[in-house]
Amino acid sequence: MSIYTKTIAQLAQGLKDKEFSSVEITQHYLDRIKKSDLNAFITLTDELAMKQAQTADDKIAAGTSNILTGIPYAHKDIFCTKGVKTSAGSKMLDNFISPYDATVSHQLNQADTVMLGKVNMDEFAMGSSNESSFYGAVKNPWDTKKIPGGSSGGSAAAVAGGLSCFATGTDTGGSIRQPASLCGITGLKPTYGRVSRYGMIAYASSLDQAGPMTKTAQDAAIVLNAMAGFDEKDSTSAEQDVPDYTANLNDSIKGLTIGLPKEFFSEGLDDDVASQVMNAIKEFEAMGAVVKEISLPNSAYAIPTYYIVAPCECSSNLSRLDGVRYGYRCENPKDLEDLYSRSRSEGFGSEVKRRIMIGAYALSAGYYDAYYLKAQKTRHLISEDFKKAFHDVDVIMGPVSPTTAFDLGSVKDPVSMYLADIYTLSANLAGLPAMSIPAGFSNKLPVGLQLIGNYWSESKLLNIAHQFQLQTDWHQQMPQED
Amino acid sequence: MSLSEQEVTQIAYLARLSLSEAELKDNTKDLNAILGLAEQLGAIETDGIEPMAHPLHMTQRLRADVVTEEDQSELFQSIAPKIGNKHYLVPTVIE
Repeated sequence: MSIYTKTIAQLAQGLKDKEFSSVEITQHYLDRIKKSDLNAFITLTDELAMKQAQTADDKIAAGTSNILTGIPYAHKDIFCTKGVKTSAGSKMLDNFISPYDATVSHQLNQADTVMLGKVNMDEFAMGSSNESSFYGAVKNPWDTKKIPGGSSGGSAAAVAGGLSCFATGTDTGGSIRQPASLCGITGLKPTYGRVSRYGMIAYASSLDQAGPMTKTAQDAAIVLNAMAGFDEKDSTSAEQDVPDYTANLNDSIKGLTIGLPKEFFSEGLDDDVASQVMNAIKEFEAMGAVVKEISLPNSAYAIPTYYIVAPCECSSNLSRLDGVRYGYRCENPKDLEDLYSRSRSEGFGSEVKRRIMIGAYALSAGYYDAYYLKAQKTRHLISEDFKKAFHDVDVIMGPVSPTTAFDLGSVKDPVSMYLADIYTLSANLAGLPAMSIPAGFSNKLPVGLQLIGNYWSESKLLNIAHQFQLQTDWHQQMPQED
Repeated sequence: MSLSEQEVTQIAYLARLSLSEAELKDNTKDLNAILGLAEQLGAIETDGIEPMAHPLHMTQRLRADVVTEEDQSELFQSIAPKIGNKHYLVPTVIE
């Protein structure tokens, strides 16, 4: 069994048993990354990685290691990393060497992990296909003509393609779950406020949430243990105890009530994707779960609600990028106005400009009530739908994406791209935790099953996902290599 | 309701972006399509519904009013496009 196919749990065992060293597994991954043509990495931090691996090996030898000691990972290029370029997939930050660490970066350093490099993403996390990255699209390891999903496309491709043991991701409207689904890995978006947003370059602050992208639910639990927790540097961080997310993985799910929202199985969902999802649900029934049809009546409005709320927040957040203090500055500005507008116009790509303008318009005098306020009210209704549903069911399940990965370059107009986010947006709007786990294949491309839980139910979601992975082997499939 | 190219130019100005002729055309089309999507919200009855600004309805935490940041201006300015005498430099605003 080759190193790149191993989970965190398996690598940790191998490190403990002296089957291999962290230096060896790090070198193994670096060699694979250098041979790969997936375009998953923006920056390779090979020297740093080898140093961290050596330190990890010393700690293992000294008996002061933890389960993540010496485990290599790929860090989404949205997390600030001190002394290492942090681009957010944008020309605007192509020259940005972060002067500080994000809390998540710090936590993973404290856990003695090995950072292989910074991975590709849609520009400022705005996109569902990774095609908006300044560094070019990432390719899907299952079929290199297909998109990997986005915005955490580099993270998903790195894990699925055996270029990293695990990865970090962020999810504002599906950016962990959708690429996890399209690349056939496990991805978890925690409850809003569970993981610190400090040093995570902001897109839409009331929606952004970081989480693990891994091979298995067990690995996701291990990584979430390191990432979760209160952080006084993030004013929206929740003061909520962090349980051991691995503690309940083996609980029985007999009697679990699964809610299937009828709105998630209506028109627009690919037939074959629907049948893979239903097969997974049947598997749960065979394990003793009870299925119940539910309704989330306002879920169709998640798309217009999200595509007002998120651009409004982004237009505000991205106003800090003005060519003055860091990042890209245009050549020879003729005055201050020109400096702002040319730096921004030359530094941002077209999708980012589009969302900034939608936000600027929706927040402008005379339109605020009609768009932003209206969307915030609809957001409340969407969230109430979930509250009602969770009176009757323990978990909600459905598809992640209406189709499998589509061809690179095939979706050209922005609205068509937005419509494909239909099943993922509402969990962000409500702030609920949600996962994607591998649930089958359609035309040789992975299909993910979405699990949405009540607030702070990450342990339960991971337990449900782990029990499914004990009964199935979809999560163990990896793309064929030449 | 539909945005004209002139209105899109004004929105771009509000966002401190300048658009080329081709970008203006494309954005006018795309922004109108996106706002068309947003029009769907008009179908929902929201009278008396509280706007939701925070998913967990939490209020911002307050902390003691003490200085917690140390001075790292040199480090932060080391990545600035242009500085002088510890200031960020921009083109002259007032002669």
